[in-house]
Amino acid sequence: MNERVAIIGVGYTQLRPVSSDVSFREMIYEAAVRAYEDAGIEPRDVDTFVAISEDYHEGTAIFDEYVPDQLGAVLKPVHTITQDGLTALASCVMQIKTGLFNIAVLEGHSKASNILYPSHIDAFALDPVTVRPLGFNPVFLAGLEMQRFLVETGNTEYHCGLVVAKNRATAIKNPIAAYPAEISIEDVLSSNPVSFPLKELDIARKADGAFVIVLAKESVAKRLSPYPVYVEGVGWLQDTPNIEMRDLVSSLYLTGAANMAYREAGIRNPIREIDFAEIDDTFSYKELQHIEFLGIARPGESGEMLEEGYFDIDGEFPVNPSGGNIGCGYMYDSSSLRGVYEAVLQLRGFAAERQIPDVETALIASWRGIPTASGGVVILSNRE
Amino acid sequence: MEFKGKSLKDRDFKEKNILYTDWHVKAHYAWDCGVALSKFFEGLKEGKLYGRSCPECGRVVIPPRMFCELCFKPTDKWVLLKDEGRINTFSVSYVNTDASRREKPNVPAVIEIEGASEGMGILHLVAHPEKIEWENLEEVLSMIKIGTKVKAVWKPSNEREGAITDIKYFVPVKEE
Amino acid sequence: MHFPQKVAVLGAGLTKFMRRAQETPKELAFEAAKMALDEAGLTIDDIDAVVLVTAPDAFDGVHMNGEYLADGAGGSKKPYMRSFVGGGSGVFGIINGWYHIASGHFRTCLVVAEEKMSSSMPHPQGTFNAIYDQFTERPLGVNLLWIFSLEMNRYMSVHKVPLETIALVAKKNKKNGLDHPCTQAGIAGDYTVEEIVNSEIMCWPVTRLMVSTVSDGAGALVLASEDFAKKVTDKPIWIEGVGWCLDTSYWTNRDLYYPKYVEYAARMAYDMAGIKDPRKEIHVVEPYDPFAYKELHHLEGLLLADKGEAPKLLEKGFWDRDTETGIPSSPSGGLLGVGNPIAAAGLMKVAEIFWQVKGTAGKRQAKREVKRGLAQAWGDLMQVGTVVILGK
Repeated sequence: MNERVAIIGVGYTQLRPVSSDVSFREMIYEAAVRAYEDAGIEPRDVDTFVAISEDYHEGTAIFDEYVPDQLGAVLKPVHTITQDGLTALASCVMQIKTGLFNIAVLEGHSKASNILYPSHIDAFALDPVTVRPLGFNPVFLAGLEMQRFLVETGNTEYHCGLVVAKNRATAIKNPIAAYPAEISIEDVLSSNPVSFPLKELDIARKADGAFVIVLAKESVAKRLSPYPVYVEGVGWLQDTPNIEMRDLVSSLYLTGAANMAYREAGIRNPIREIDFAEIDDTFSYKELQHIEFLGIARPGESGEMLEEGYFDIDGEFPVNPSGGNIGCGYMYDSSSLRGVYEAVLQLRGFAAERQIPDVETALIASWRGIPTASGGVVILSNRE
Repeated sequence: MEFKGKSLKDRDFKEKNILYTDWHVKAHYAWDCGVALSKFFEGLKEGKLYGRSCPECGRVVIPPRMFCELCFKPTDKWVLLKDEGRINTFSVSYVNTDASRREKPNVPAVIEIEGASEGMGILHLVAHPEKIEWENLEEVLSMIKIGTKVKAVWKPSNEREGAITDIKYFVPVKEE
Repeated sequence: MHFPQKVAVLGAGLTKFMRRAQETPKELAFEAAKMALDEAGLTIDDIDAVVLVTAPDAFDGVHMNGEYLADGAGGSKKPYMRSFVGGGSGVFGIINGWYHIASGHFRTCLVVAEEKMSSSMPHPQGTFNAIYDQFTERPLGVNLLWIFSLEMNRYMSVHKVPLETIALVAKKNKKNGLDHPCTQAGIAGDYTVEEIVNSEIMCWPVTRLMVSTVSDGAGALVLASEDFAKKVTDKPIWIEGVGWCLDTSYWTNRDLYYPKYVEYAARMAYDMAGIKDPRKEIHVVEPYDPFAYKELHHLEGLLLADKGEAPKLLEKGFWDRDTETGIPSSPSGGLLGVGNPIAAAGLMKVAEIFWQVKGTAGKRQAKREVKRGLAQAWGDLMQVGTVVILGK
């Protein structure tokens, strides 16, 4: 199909450290109702549904079973993508582009608080023969990578602390954020060491919540929505699952995913052609690494640019105007849908106190977290 | 065409002819029951079965839910149901939850609950009305079939904890 | 460009199906992928995107199993996507690959299905308990066989089908399985109805010979756009239709005697393929048969028989491999006759239709002329239908 695909509805729940008052079904229903209202549709208007989940994040084998009811998707084409939100968004885009579907719905959620031993689950993702038996808490991988990245690029722990302070403070203006706070760089640097050089406050804390996103082909979007936001490019890439073989300095998965998305969107110079970005910051250094390997800054330059305020919400290239995973809470694979939600609000001009003026094009970039090297990139714009 | 694959025998593990690593994952969860199931479980604690009704389609559903999955509207009323119903389907299981064999079978069934809309069933066990335990397949088939009326047998109230197992099982009852 | 872009199947690969494979999950995935690439005459460098399917992570014993399997499946440094609809995943992987190409995003896509159930100890059954609702069902001490035997009893009772007739499915498929080169040791054979009905009762009405085994194995298919396919082959096999559908998770609120979700998925695929009368236009079928009754249940959902009629047609030999007037069903031997490494078993069914349509199924080739065939899988809590139609 030669038409573009647009986002015409977004639904959310408040992100919270715990959500014991609602079941996952009730939580997702709340986000779905908001998304359908926002898009001006009923679930029966939807042609295909995609949900994201990983069984061990849910505590259920084949979580796909529990997807349809709370989306109004009973007896409809529904499938799960066991990957991050942006890869699943790419699935929706491809389905619409076949020309057979007018409207697609994407759902992602987190009940991270229900997982009693999350680091044991993370460890269960390590190679069962060569890595897992070593018995480390898998967060050590972030320590290894952070160390290599800082040494090779010349960025510093101070810069990482600055990322945390920026994102926590930015989140103060985001009403759905779970972890807004005024904290100092010193607070971060003096927080408990976890896996040198990684410290406690460098790590995004987890949150519960749900997002539902409605997509449609351009002709339908224009009919239904006064402010469609177009998907100009999608990209996703797997580096290598073998941690021993990875280049720990560069997040090559995002370089590859970005090249794919930039090509589709016709972007040659990202820093000039894109106005702001929502970029994975599950660990503080990841924001800097991702900025550099998405081609927004040259390797080694992101820290200084950050110090100059370049990536602040009122800077030249705002990064994580929502507050990012560090300010809003980490939702595993659904974290990137918060990025999409924020970008849609900004591009519609609905971001209230944290609105960035005159924005046309946004970049969202995701990483699947430890121990993966895979991620996705989406380019959105409000250009007719 | 050549199809690859080297098949092993149990013996190869026992005799350590092959190498393997062993891991037990600590996968524990505390799932939030939410609004609908919290009320449902509180009801079970009191020896009551609650359903929920949809103002759009009028269905009374069990297990209860805060929204109707067909109309996509909030459900709006709690409906007290009877602790009896009819067997929609059943089977006679000689296999335990860990795949080991049972000497005597148990009987899982889908039970359509009286007072809920037609076809609204829950999964539970059906026991022998006097002996509780079933002897064998023949005994089960002689006493129950699809459509048989059954009634819940509850744990004593001081042992109930707000769980589906507060109903010990259902037993077949005589038709009036 | 015309959309959806036509999608061709260029090659298929399978490993043997085994109770315990020595190969790691990655190695199984690699062997199947390599074989599919070889049949297509391609290398991994010709592949633009990779799709992986595998059923619950608990079998392989790796969280985020898709990530772990990526290099074995040929997904390193590539756009790599894992889709998941439980037991329906093997056929869904092809649908996932189909939309990669039908959308115009990619020229080629390698679809890999892997399952290593034997890694799960003490028995893979334990994993299946976690498919039930954690609030209202799991505390009852469930096992996977329950849901099948409950559905089977409902189906038999509503249509008054004798157990002996259902046993004929196992008889047919276990015999067909003797001719499949990947058949798991000890599961195919020439059984009598009495042997099947009187085999050990697992969960009445299901007996041991009416249920498929647990298995290790992998399968792969290479998909390509029309332009690409025409460069490498004169006789491409096309994906003519795909369909999928998911029913409510409240399975105790549904009448299990009929799989509406399979019917909806089939109608979607028939519409796409322009099929008006499937009983005339489908020449061979691979319905999902993890349990004997399931094949009949699914043939009805696929609209290839009226409700309650599939067993009667079975008695008449309508679904036999050498039928001249009927529709051969599970000529591969199916899950009952070849083995059931879940996602790989679903893909095996699509591979069988590919080889049947291509005319290279050897001893398993249907007697009647095959221009078009259908593969279907099922999954979740009696909930998912996935359908793929291939044709010349």
